[in-house]
Amino acid sequence: MAKIYSKDFIESTNDLKPKEETVNFLLNYSKALSVINCNKLKFETFLN
Amino acid sequence: MQHEIIPDATLVVNYINGSENALETLITRHKQKVYSFIFSKVYDRDVAEDIFQDTFIKVIRTLKRNAYNEEGKFLPWVMRIAHNLVIDYFRKNNRMPKFDNSNDFSIFSVLSDGDLNAEKRIIKEQVENDVRRLVDELPEDQREVLLMRIYKDMSFKEISEVTGVSINTALGRMRYALINLRKVIDKHNIVLTD
Repeated sequence: MAKIYSKDFIESTNDLKPKEETVNFLLNYSKALSVINCNKLKFETFLN
Repeated sequence: MQHEIIPDATLVVNYINGSENALETLITRHKQKVYSFIFSKVYDRDVAEDIFQDTFIKVIRTLKRNAYNEEGKFLPWVMRIAHNLVIDYFRKNNRMPKFDNSNDFSIFSVLSDGDLNAEKRIIKEQVENDVRRLVDELPEDQREVLLMRIYKDMSFKEISEVTGVSINTALGRMRYALINLRKVIDKHNIVLTD
């Protein structure tokens, strides 16, 4: 893969983090997901 | 006052036991490292965002299914998932290369329908008719050379043999034929393009 060494690129990579909505989505996804154990099977269900 | 940092392992256990805040702490703590790692491979913010999201979806599902084997290495485990997803992304992209039209180069500038549409066909016919009428106006010797050279694709050597003149004369007639055509075209402002 090509490496990019330009100054702009280095500056722009200093503050790399995901968007707030991505993190919120993950937290909501986690809250909505529940795993039900049934005998030896595991079922994933989503709550709205 | 010194804040005590809760270790990842404890947060993982708390999360498995139902504490959603523990997950928030884990994501907040590691999001920059994970996202930077992904971005350093794909160099695309949107793709990095997608892979970051998929990484943590895998993390969440594994933890909720109680399938995570805690060895005190939460971050390396997350990084490994991210790494695998980056590889998946490149594999998928190699199979189906995408053309990015956001740059100066557009694939549609080199791909075009070679067939003429109805309008272009009519224009082409009109141009050809005009050229034919102009050629008919030329003196006989010049017209003869031009027809043989352009329409019959004969060499000047062949033309000279058929017409019984020297190659230089045939070349001269061709030259005058073209000059005369240009003169008539300029004089009458004829447009011979589509």
